[in-house]
Amino acid sequence: MPLEDAFPPVRLAADDLACERGGRPIFHGLSFSLAGGEMLAVVGPNGAGKSSLLRVVAGLLSPSEGRVDLDTDGERETAMHLLAYGDGLRNVFTVKENLRLWSRLYGGAADDDAMHEALEEVGLGHAMHLAARALSTGQRRRAGLARLILSPRPIWLLDEPTSGLDKDGEAILGRMMAEHLASGGAILVATHLQLPVAPTHRLELQ
Amino acid sequence: MSAFAALIVQTVAASIRAGGGALTGLLFFLTVVSVIPFGVGPDLNLLARIGPAVLWIGVLLSMLLGLDRLFGQDREDGGLELVIVSGESMPLFVLARACGYWLAHGLPIVLAAPVLGLILNLSPLALGAVTLTLLAGSPALAMIGAVGGALTAGLARGGMLAAILVLPLSVPVLIFGVAAVNGAIADPDPFLAPFLIMCAFTLFSAVLAPIAGAAALRLGLD
Repeated sequence: MPLEDAFPPVRLAADDLACERGGRPIFHGLSFSLAGGEMLAVVGPNGAGKSSLLRVVAGLLSPSEGRVDLDTDGERETAMHLLAYGDGLRNVFTVKENLRLWSRLYGGAADDDAMHEALEEVGLGHAMHLAARALSTGQRRRAGLARLILSPRPIWLLDEPTSGLDKDGEAILGRMMAEHLASGGAILVATHLQLPVAPTHRLELQ
Repeated sequence: MSAFAALIVQTVAASIRAGGGALTGLLFFLTVVSVIPFGVGPDLNLLARIGPAVLWIGVLLSMLLGLDRLFGQDREDGGLELVIVSGESMPLFVLARACGYWLAHGLPIVLAAPVLGLILNLSPLALGAVTLTLLAGSPALAMIGAVGGALTAGLARGGMLAAILVLPLSVPVLIFGVAAVNGAIADPDPFLAPFLIMCAFTLFSAVLAPIAGAAALRLGLD
C-alpha cells in the first residue's frame, strides 16, 4: 500500500561515468541505476573516489566522461539532499537559525513547531537555541539529519553518514533511512563502515 | 519569507554579530576620514575641495574589508555545496549575498559620510550631493566586491587579492560619483550626466555581477 507522503517515482542512472581531479583519474567506467525505494552503497578504501562520485551526482563536480541522468515527475532541481562533511552550520547562529535558513532554501517547513519536532526526532531537542559552535561532531551530524527531515526530497546522497554518530545516533539514522526507502525515496550512500540498513545494491570502488 | 530574503537576512546578521566585520568597516571609515584633516592641515578651502573625493575613497576602501568572509565562510563550512544542491539559482544567491553585504557594510558607512563631511568643511549642498551619490553608487561597489569575494572564496588570505581585483573595476564608479558631486557644487560642471552614468553602472553591475560571481563560485569548486 502506498504511503500517504510517498514520493513520485524517481530514477537515477549513471552511464560510463569517469572523473578526474587535478588531472589524475579518480574512477572510470562507472555505471549504476537507482530507483525509488532502493539504496546503493558505494564502498571502497579511503581515496577510492566515493565522495567524488557523490559530488558528481550532486552536480558539484562535472564528470570527465559520461553523465548522470535523473528521471522524475517532480522538479529535477529540487530532488536531492546532500549530507556530507561540510554541514553548512554557521557557528555564530543557533541550531534553529541554521535549520531555518536551510529549510527556506530547500522549500521545507520553517516554523518553530516543525523544527522542534525534527530536532526532537534526532535527539537534539534540547539544543535548539544553542549556538552551532557549541555542538559536537556527532551533534552537528544530527543537525544535518534534522535538515533532511524538514524538507522531504526523494534522493538522499549520504557521505559517510555514520561518522561521528554514537549507537543511538546510528539507530536514528537507520530508522530515517528505512522510512525514506519505504516512502519511495532513493539513497546513494558512500561509506567504509557498517550501515544500519542493508543496501539494495553495492558498488565497489578500488 | 522567501529563500532570497532569508539569505539577505542571514548575510546581514552574520556581518553584525561578533567578528562579522561590519563594525570594523565603519570604524575604519571613521578613522581614515578623520586623519585626513590632520595630514592636510588647516586649509579649509583645500579640505572642502578634496572632501567629496576623500569620502568616496573612504567608502570604497572600507567596503573591501569584509569581502574575504562574504563567500569564504560558505566555502569553509560546506554551505556553498548545500546551496547548489538545494536548486536555488546561483546568481540569485550571489545577488542576495551582495545585497546583504551592502546593507551591513555599505549603508552604515554611507549614512556616516555626511557627519564626517562636517570635519572636511563641506557645504550643506556638498553634503547632500555626497550622500546622494554614495547611496546610488555604493550598491555597485558591493556588487563588484561580490565578484572579487567569489573569485577568492577558496583562498587563504583571499581578502587582499579580492581588494586588488575589485579596486580597478570600481574606478569608473568613483570617477563619476566624485564628478557628480563636483558638478553639484561648482556651477559650470554638470551634475545630472555623471550621476546618471554612475546609476547606470549600479544597474549594470547588479545584472552582471551575480552571473560572474556564480560562475566564479562554481569554478572554485572543481
